[in-house]
Amino acid sequence: MQRASAPLLTILGLAVVLGLAHLGIIDGYVQTVLMFIGVNIILSSSLNIVNGYMGEFACGHAGFMAVGAYVSSILNIVLFTDAKNFGLELLPPQMTIIAFPVVLFLGGLAAAITGLLVAIPSFKTRDDYLAIITIAANYIIISTVINMESIGGPRGFMGMKKILFAMEDTFDAPWMLFWVALFTVLCVAAIRRLMSSTYGKAIIAIKQDEVAAEIMSVNTNRIKLVAFMFSSGLAGIAGGLFAHILGYINPNSFGILKSTECLVMVYLGGMGSLSGSVISAVIFTILLEALRFIIPAVDTALHWVHLLPADYELSQVWKWVIIPLLLIVLMQFRPEGIMGDRELSDVFPRLKRYFSFS
Amino acid sequence: MFDSILQNFFNALQWGSFYSLIALGYTLVYGVLRLINFAHGDIFMVGAYIAFFVATFLLGSAISPPMALALTVPLTMLLTAAVGVSIERIAYRPLRRKGANRLYVVITALMCGLILENGNLALLGASRKSFPQLLDKTVYALGPVSLTNQKVAVIVCTVLVFLFLQFVVTKTKIGMAMRAISYDKFAVPLMGIPLDTIIVFTFILGSSFAGLAGLLFALSYPVLDPYMGAMVGWKAFISAVVGGIGDIRGAFVGGFLLGFVEILVVAFFPSTYRELIAFTILLVILYKKPTGIFGVAGTTKI
Repeated sequence: MQRASAPLLTILGLAVVLGLAHLGIIDGYVQTVLMFIGVNIILSSSLNIVNGYMGEFACGHAGFMAVGAYVSSILNIVLFTDAKNFGLELLPPQMTIIAFPVVLFLGGLAAAITGLLVAIPSFKTRDDYLAIITIAANYIIISTVINMESIGGPRGFMGMKKILFAMEDTFDAPWMLFWVALFTVLCVAAIRRLMSSTYGKAIIAIKQDEVAAEIMSVNTNRIKLVAFMFSSGLAGIAGGLFAHILGYINPNSFGILKSTECLVMVYLGGMGSLSGSVISAVIFTILLEALRFIIPAVDTALHWVHLLPADYELSQVWKWVIIPLLLIVLMQFRPEGIMGDRELSDVFPRLKRYFSFS
Repeated sequence: MFDSILQNFFNALQWGSFYSLIALGYTLVYGVLRLINFAHGDIFMVGAYIAFFVATFLLGSAISPPMALALTVPLTMLLTAAVGVSIERIAYRPLRRKGANRLYVVITALMCGLILENGNLALLGASRKSFPQLLDKTVYALGPVSLTNQKVAVIVCTVLVFLFLQFVVTKTKIGMAMRAISYDKFAVPLMGIPLDTIIVFTFILGSSFAGLAGLLFALSYPVLDPYMGAMVGWKAFISAVVGGIGDIRGAFVGGFLLGFVEILVVAFFPSTYRELIAFTILLVILYKKPTGIFGVAGTTKI
C-alpha cells in the first residue's frame, strides 16, 4: 500500500483539479495554463530521451509536434464535423469522447513515422551532424505544411473547438483538461518504464560510448530507431493536445523558436533526468505566464519613479530577453541544470518507499 | 534561357557569399572549440545594426559617403568583434572553466542569440531601419547580364576573406595553435600556448567577418530588422555543416552551394518551395556524405 501511494496521490490530485475545474472554481485561464504545463511536460520529457539519455543533439522537436497536431486535427475534423472543404461528418459527433484518444494516438503514430526521417540519416552521422538533420527536418515539415493549400497553408488551420464542444455536449466535463492530464501521466510513466527496461539501458549505453555499446552487442541502429520514434511520437501527441487546446494552429507556431523552447526545458532540467524535465517544464511555463503580469507591473513601477522615459513602454518582448538571461545566469552557477542526471528519488532516497517501478 | 541562367549564377554567387562569410565564422569557432556558436547569426545582425549607426553618425557629421564607407568598414568590424568577444568572455568562458558538458555551452549560445535579437527588438522597436546609401550603384552590362558594383564587391570580399583565413590558419603560428587546440585542448597549454588568447583571437576573427557580412548585407539589401540574423544564421550553420564543419574550405564551398540551390529553386519553382527543396537536397548530400563535403571521418578509440 505504501508503495502505491505516489500514483494514488497523483490520481487524487488530478481528480481534485478536474473537479474544481468542473465546478468552475478554477477559471479558464488557469485551466489553460495547467494544460500548457501538461503539454510542455510531454514535450520536454520526450525530447529528453534523445538529447538527455541518448546524448545526441536533436533540435527540431517542434517539427514532429506539427505533424501530430495537423494529422490529429485533420482526422478529427474530417470524421466528426461538417467542415467546408472536407465534406460532412462521417461519424456521429457523440463518438468524439471515445475516438479522441484514438485520433490523438494516430497523430502520434504519424509523427513517429516522420521520426524515421531523422532516425535513418542519424545511423551514419556522428554528434553535431545530427543537429543539422533535425533542423532541416523541422524546416522541411514546416514548409511542406505551408505549401499545402488544402489544409490552410500559411494561414493555419482551425475548427478544433467544435470537437471540444461536441465532447462537452455529450457529457458535460472539462474534457480537454482530462485528456491532457491523462496523456501527461501516461507519457511520463511510459518514459519511466522505457528507461528502466533493457531498451533504456541500451539507450544510455549509446550515450556513454557508441562504439563500445555496439561491440557489447547493442544493436545501435535499432535502438536509435526506437528512441527517435518514441520521442517523436510523444511529441506528436503533445502537438495534437496543443492544437485542440488552442483550437487553431498555423505552421509558424511550430518553428525553430518552439524547438528552442523544448531544448531550453530539457537542459534547464538536466540531461537525462526525467523528474528534472518535469520540474523544468512546470517552472518554465509558470515563469512564462508570470512574466505576462510582472512586466506591466515593473513598467508602471519604473514610470512611477521616473526611471524610464515617459514615451517608452516595457513591452512583452522583454520576456524573451529575461528568460534567456535567467538561463545563462543559472548556467553560470549550476552548469548541469536543475537536477543534473539524477532523479528526484536519488536526491531524496526516502521517496523510493512511496512508488514502485519494476 | 542561357542568359537567365547566367544572371542567376551571379545572383547566387552574391547570395552564397553572405552564407559563406557567416559560415566561415561558424567553422572557425567550431574548429577550435567544438562549439556550435548559435549566436553567430545574431552577431551578423548586430554587425548590420552597428554599421547602420556608424554610417548614419558619420554621414551626420558631414563626411562624404565614400569616406564614410571607408571608415565604416573597420569600425564595424572592430565593434562587432568586441560584441563577439564579450559574449565569449561573459557566457562561454566560465562554462568552459567549469568543464560543463558542451551541449550546455551550445544552449547558452542559443540563449545569447535570443537575447541579442529580442533585446534589439525591445530597445530599438519594431520599426525597420533603412540603411543609408554609401556606395553609388553602378551597373556594368556584360552582354545580356548586368552586374552591379555592390555585387562584385560582395563576391570579391568573400573570396579575399576566405584566402586570408586560409592563410592565417595554415601558414601562421597562431593558426597552428588554433589547429593544435582543436586537436587536443588539454595538451596545448602544456606546450606554453596561451589557450584563452587563441580562443579570443578566433572569436575576433569570426565576429569581425560576421560584422563585415552584416555591413555588406545592409549595403545590398538596405532594410534592417532584428530577426534578419536568425534565418540567415541557421542556414549558414547548415551550409557550414554540409561543407564539413571545422574546415574553412568546407564553409566557403558550402555557403555558395546553399546559395546556388536556393537561387535556382526560386528561379524555377514558386518561392515558397525554396526551403523545402533546398533542405531536402542538403539532407541527401549529408546522407551520401555523412561528414560533409570536406569532412574527414573521425576514428574512435576505445
